[in-house]
Amino acid sequence: MSYIGILVTYIFVQNFILVQFMGLCPFIGVSRNSESAIGMGMAVTFVTAIASVVCWAVYHFLLVPFDLDYLRTIAFILVIAALVQLVEMVIKKMSPALYKALGIYLPLITTNCAVLGIAIIAIDNNYNMLESFFAGLAAGLGFTMAIILMSNIREKLETTAVRSVFNGVPIAFISAGLMALAFMAFDKSLIVNLHLA
Amino acid sequence: MAIFLAFVIIAVLGLLLGLGLSFADSKLKVEKAEKLEELEAMMPGANCGGCGYAGCSAYAEAVYKGEAEIGLCAPGGNALAEKMGEVMGVKVEEKERMVAFVFCQGNPSVTGLDYDYRGMMDCNAASILLQGPNACKSGCLHLGSCIAVCPVGAIEKNSEGNIVVDKEKCIGCGKCTRICPNGVIKMVPYSAEYIVACNNKEPGALVRKECKVGCIGCRLCVNKVENSPFVVEDNLSHVDYTKDMTHAGDAVSICPQKCIIKR
Repeated sequence: MSYIGILVTYIFVQNFILVQFMGLCPFIGVSRNSESAIGMGMAVTFVTAIASVVCWAVYHFLLVPFDLDYLRTIAFILVIAALVQLVEMVIKKMSPALYKALGIYLPLITTNCAVLGIAIIAIDNNYNMLESFFAGLAAGLGFTMAIILMSNIREKLETTAVRSVFNGVPIAFISAGLMALAFMAFDKSLIVNLHLA
Repeated sequence: MAIFLAFVIIAVLGLLLGLGLSFADSKLKVEKAEKLEELEAMMPGANCGGCGYAGCSAYAEAVYKGEAEIGLCAPGGNALAEKMGEVMGVKVEEKERMVAFVFCQGNPSVTGLDYDYRGMMDCNAASILLQGPNACKSGCLHLGSCIAVCPVGAIEKNSEGNIVVDKEKCIGCGKCTRICPNGVIKMVPYSAEYIVACNNKEPGALVRKECKVGCIGCRLCVNKVENSPFVVEDNLSHVDYTKDMTHAGDAVSICPQKCIIKR
């Protein structure tokens, strides 16, 4: 699969939030305003892109040679946790305001299944190192796109009259469901028709 | 053997990542000073915004950076100002605790009405319509916007229909003074015993028509009281709390409109 094909696949066709339903916790938790949504998207993109490369390296240079590939889950979690810690330090240093806005959701990237998901998917699809990197990058960009779209919808919803039973998170869930329906338009035929396969 | 190998591999991986993180930590350390943490810890945590900053930690930071004066925190009062002064190494002057007071006793039984207000129960909404239903345009509208905004529930409507502030509960954040469209709530010293409870600056003849308990600016409290602490400005009497208060009590009975009250 070409690199563009990988990008399109993980941003649109296999969008982690709206198609695969991974990483929904920050998707609802940090999508109140677009500024923190962008920050969260950037943080997740950084972690997925780096994590998929490092996990690929750990898997192929450390686990496979010793026949320990059954340890990949715990090894990947270690790598991801360390990367998230690094991102947390960087954000705390660079932008204390963003650090406050992201709050608990920043360390929670560690347990965001999208990050572990893309690392494992990259291994399962037998990607090489660069392909893994692009897959991770695309997964993060897809997450960023979804969370930014969601935050803009929720900012609009704040000023819209919503029935009190639906007010707040319920209407956000309904909007997310409708977005997921819209993303069903992207399927394998897109990759085939664009000759990206 | 395989178990041993798995143990070693994961341990080595963990060790490497741990070393990498500790190295990154030493490079990216955020210098959060001890003093700032101390200041943040001693704040009352009401986040009332009375100091003019976004919250307690924002004010603590501003004090730490030297951008804000110590002693702006009304809920913390002198005790907090003194502690903050100790941390920052500066001497802080004692300030009298200020509390909010509603300068009006004009409930509907004593103040005339221009019209019957049936709109939103909000002072600012009522104020848009001919400055409110009261005949007196500077008095309390009794719709309770200040009650809603008070972070500690110190304001309530008493049995006579007047809005009163409980000076024991009041933390002096001044939110009510800012929400009131008529500016009828002002800060007074906690120890203030005598207060001229009126905010109407119109000439006496007009005040008499509008309200039975409005200050008419007759100056009796100034002229008939020995060493009078009262001052009349713009047809409205008020107390100068820096002056001698020994004879201020005489004014309560002298005032023809009974708008000087003792609390």
